[in-house]
Parts: sequence; structure tokens; C-alpha cells
Amino acid sequence: MSARLRLPRPLVESLATIAVGLVAGGLLMLVFGNNPLRAYQALFVGAFGSLEDVLETLAFATPLMLTGLTFAVGVRAGLFNIGAEGQMYLGAVGATFIAGTFPLPPLLHVATATLVAMLCGALWALPPALLKIWRGVHEVISTIMCNWIAFHLSTYLVIYFLTGAGRADSTRPALPTARYPVLFAESTLTAVIFVAVAFCLVVYLYLWGTRAGYELRLAGENPEAARYAGVHAGRAMLLSFGMGGLAAGLAGASQIIGRPPAWSLYATLGNVTTLGFDGIGVALVGRSHPLGGILAAFLFGALAHGGRFMEYHAGVLSELVRAINGLIVLTLAVPELWAIVRRRLGR
Amino acid sequence: MSARGRLIATLLGAGAVAFFASALQRLGLNPLSLLEAGLLAMTPLALAAVGECLNEKAGVVNIGLEGILLISAITGVWAAEIFGSGTAGLLGGLVTGAVIGLVLGLVSVYGRADQIIAGMGLNIFALGFGPFLLISLWAFPGIHLFPEELMVPRLRTPIGGISPVTIAAVAVAVLAHLLLHRTVLGFRILAVGEKPEAVDVAGLRVDRLRLLTSTLGGALCGAGGAFLPLAWFGGVVKEISAGRGFIALACVVFAGLEPLLALGAAFLFGFAEGFSYAVAVTPGVKERIPFYFVSMVPYVTTLVVVALVIGQRRFPRTIGRPYVRE
Repeated sequence: MSARLRLPRPLVESLATIAVGLVAGGLLMLVFGNNPLRAYQALFVGAFGSLEDVLETLAFATPLMLTGLTFAVGVRAGLFNIGAEGQMYLGAVGATFIAGTFPLPPLLHVATATLVAMLCGALWALPPALLKIWRGVHEVISTIMCNWIAFHLSTYLVIYFLTGAGRADSTRPALPTARYPVLFAESTLTAVIFVAVAFCLVVYLYLWGTRAGYELRLAGENPEAARYAGVHAGRAMLLSFGMGGLAAGLAGASQIIGRPPAWSLYATLGNVTTLGFDGIGVALVGRSHPLGGILAAFLFGALAHGGRFMEYHAGVLSELVRAINGLIVLTLAVPELWAIVRRRLGR
Repeated sequence: MSARGRLIATLLGAGAVAFFASALQRLGLNPLSLLEAGLLAMTPLALAAVGECLNEKAGVVNIGLEGILLISAITGVWAAEIFGSGTAGLLGGLVTGAVIGLVLGLVSVYGRADQIIAGMGLNIFALGFGPFLLISLWAFPGIHLFPEELMVPRLRTPIGGISPVTIAAVAVAVLAHLLLHRTVLGFRILAVGEKPEAVDVAGLRVDRLRLLTSTLGGALCGAGGAFLPLAWFGGVVKEISAGRGFIALACVVFAGLEPLLALGAAFLFGFAEGFSYAVAVTPGVKERIPFYFVSMVPYVTTLVVVALVIGQRRFPRTIGRPYVRE
């Protein structure tokens, strides 16, 4: 490769990892008698084939950049916060509650619903944070338990308190005053994407521009040095969980008040489930960087949106896309892979 | 907490369970049916946790247990239908788990992977691959019911129907304890977790020992996964693992990697789950407490127990870290 074509190594590695995931996914398709080339062609055309598709891809990317941020901020503080899933459920419930119940003036309504959703997400991140700080409970276990508790709690709240009159399949929809405006009539993309991107930027500026952000990163990178520097490890953890919770709560809101046509939460939570786990892949491909996460979310959004076309046009089930996401994460976990590749290439 | 402290905690927990059961009887719950449900719920947790104890003793962490449970539950049913036998299905699950454990072991040992991220990758993979398999194999999304005669029959005992797999799980825990503390192979596993360089210098293969424990742990977890539909539920759904892989990890943490204590923890958490089923169908209770709250019981119990007993644990020195020869 010539010098002028050289891309930053993390970018190349992230793209290569996605390629590995796609190839492995293609092998799975072959095993189950599908044609991978046709499937991937449908996926690509589905994701980028027209302007509407690109907009739809962006709509799919919006919650992912936020749940990705949840995991990324955790990793920056040395934590594996895989609780975005549950924090997002609670965010969706909070948004539904404000948006569907209280009539408020237009702008104020959107803002209140968004803020309440974010606070609900942050509140749900609090127990694992405190258990980690006080009792040393590993966050992988506590956040997963909280995810399941959140699932049952949210289903309960939806069915007993938020269900619309005469319908059992979803909550009463957000009042029009609480909805983010749809940007283009052909897609489900709304102005909530600006809020999502702005939140990622704020977190980026906070982490790299303030003392507290620096301390958080130091605590994650080198706990011993952080201790000598007088960094309060507990505060860094609390901050990281809190910011992650805010992001996940916003992701939940984005699916309720920022996503037509339902403008409501399904009783099965079907329109929010698994977005939190998908964020893990987004964060890792984005190198646990808020801005890298935005790019990665676009890629994963393309997979999610294109996956529906793949199912329709090539008969390959869109569930396979999530399996591919998992394979990408698995590949990313293996640093030795790149060492081997580099050795082979003689670099 | 010391080993003795944990033992006392386990005994106290068992005492509390017994007390609780007798109190429930007054409310109209049958303690024997509670025990039956508890033992069923214990079995997959115990199998997964005991296997993971061995694995972590050798210095490898597999947080992908959840994914193994899900995938092997599906392949287990598949194998049972192909061979027309529930026992063959259990073996199918075991083999599936072993293969996944081996792959994860290869990734950890030779790829020097970040084991937490690799395990998460496996879980995410299963989240998509599980439903994909369900539809690919049976063309029916989300759920598959199989003929009843494929169920592994339960043994009739005075205290109710007990699955032979439950007895096997208890035996496996005892065998794992003996393996670790009474055999040469066990000492090697312990050594490879503490001082892999010494094991290497002694001319033993660090990589092979770790691949062995990873495969073994995966196999036991896979058997636990196949147990879920074939010896318990009678069907498979895409959420069948329902966090049990992580509850099993909590058992491992609780037990400080001791197989027998992991069995005790599995019984405790299994009882909490059995309790939730029993409450959910008890007349007089089920009308007052919404089912959704009852469903939270196993997860809340896990969270509380892990928070209460965690304290000082001693894990192998090299846990989660790949061995690199100097």
C-alpha cells in the first residue's frame, strides 16, 4: 500500500473486522442454503440504494450511537457496563409517560419527555454503580440482572399504567406536541438525530476537555496512576455509569418520541429490545470513542436497515445480522489476529 | 470471606430455604413441589457453574455461558428430533457446548483475546443466531414445541419427580471437586491458573490445559442448555436462556471457584426461581402480586446475594490473562 493511501490503523482494523464478520456470516448463509452474494447485494442496496434508504439507515443508527456511547464511556472508565438495554427500557417508559399523559406546550413537551427519559436511564444505572463502588460487585453480573428486572418492570408498567384505551399491543401514543419533527416525509428520520449527535459531542468534549473527564479516563487506563494522582475511583465510576445511563435513556426516548409510525412503546418492548446489546458492537468498532461511535453506528444502522431488504429480496433472515454483529465483536476481541496479518504481510 | 465462611453461609442459606418452605406451606404452597421446581431450576445453573469453576481455576474466563445455553438448547432439540431420543439431544447440546468452548478457548489461548469482549461477542452472536436457527430449522419464529416422547423422563421418588440430569449435575460437582483437589490433573489445572510459567518450565502444555478446561466448561454448559427444553420446559423459545448464564457466573463468583459451593449457590438461585413459578400459580397470591414482579425474583435474589457475600475472594493470579512465554 502506498503512503498516500494509508488510512489510520484503527480505521483499517475496524473495517477489516467488519469484513471478517460479513465473510463469516456468508459462510453461515452457505451452510443454511442461501446465496451470500445475493444477500449482501440486497443488504447493500437496501442500506444505501437511494436517498430514502440512507435516511432510514441514519434513523436506525440514531439509538445505536447512544447505546454505543453507554458502553464506550464505561470502557473509558475501565468498566463493562452492558446495562444499556435495561436503562433504555426505562428511558422509553419515562418518555412514554410524559409524552402520552401530560399535555404541555409544544417545545417544552419534547424537552421534558427527553429529559425525563434520560434521567430514568441514569437512575437505572445507579444500582450497579453503587454495588460496584460499595461492594465490588462485578458490573457484568449486576447490569445483566438489572436488564432483566427492567424488562419485567417495564412490561408491567406498560400493561398496567400506560396502555392506551382499547388497545393491548402498545402504550397510548405520544401526543403530537411531544414528537420530534420528521425531517423527510419518505423516512422515519426525525430531528432526534441532532440531539443524539449533540449528546455524543458533549460527552466527547467532557471526556477530553475537562478535568473530571480526564480523571475518568485515567481511572480506566491506569488505575494505579490514577490513585497516586488522587483520583477518586468511585466518583469516576459513578460519573461513567451516570453518563452511560443518560445516553441509554435518550436512546429509549428516540424510539418513542423520535420514531414514526408508532410513537409508542409496544407491550412486548419489541421496538426497543436488543438495541442496547447492539451498542456493544458499535462501541468496540468505534474504538470506545464517542465520535468513532457515530461512524460505527452508521455502519451498524446500515446492517440493520439493509438486513430487512436482505430478508425480503434474498430470503436470508434478518436475525443473521445480529449474529454477524456478534462475530464482529468476537473478531475485535482478538488482537493477535492483526499481529498475525501484519507478520504475513511482512510489515 | 473464607472457604469456611462461605460454607457456613451456604448452610445458613439452606436453613433459610427450609424455614421459608415450611412458612409457605401455611400459605397453601406445597413445599415438595417447590423443591421439585427448585431442583429443576438448579440443574442448568449447576452444570454451567461447575464447568466454569474449572475453567476459571485454569485462568480462563468465559462470560459467554448465556450464549452457549441458548444455542445448545436449540441444537439439543434438533439432535433429539434427528435421533428420536431426548438423551441423544442432551448429548447434542453437550457436543455443541464443547465445540463453542473449544473455539472460545482457541481465541483466548492463541488469539490472546480480551476474554470478556470475546464472551460478549459470543452472547451477541447467540442473540441473533438462536432465532435464526429456530426459523431455519423449523420455519417458525421464536418458539418450537417438540413431541412429548422426546422429553427425558423424570424418576419417581418419594419427594417428587427428579430428573436424572439433576442427579448427574450433583455427581459432576462432586467429581469436579475430587478432580481439582485429589488428582494430578487437578493440581495442574490449579497451577496453570496461578503460575503458568512454572507449568511451562515443568514441560507441561499451558495451552492444552486451558483448551481442555474451556472445552469441558463449554460441554457442561451445553448439557445444561439442552436440559432446559428436553428435561424441563418441553419446548424451546428464543429467550430460553433468560439470563441463566449470568446467574451461573454469579454462582461461580459466590463460590470463589469451588465446585461444591457453586452447587450450593445454584441450589439457592434455583430455589428462588422455583419459588417464583410456585408463587405465580398459587391461588390467592397470583391475583394480588402481578406475574411481572414474581418473574423478577431470581434476578433480584442473585443481585442481593452477590452483593451480600462478595467480600474478599481469592481468584487465580492469571485469571482472564493470556499466557505469553517470555
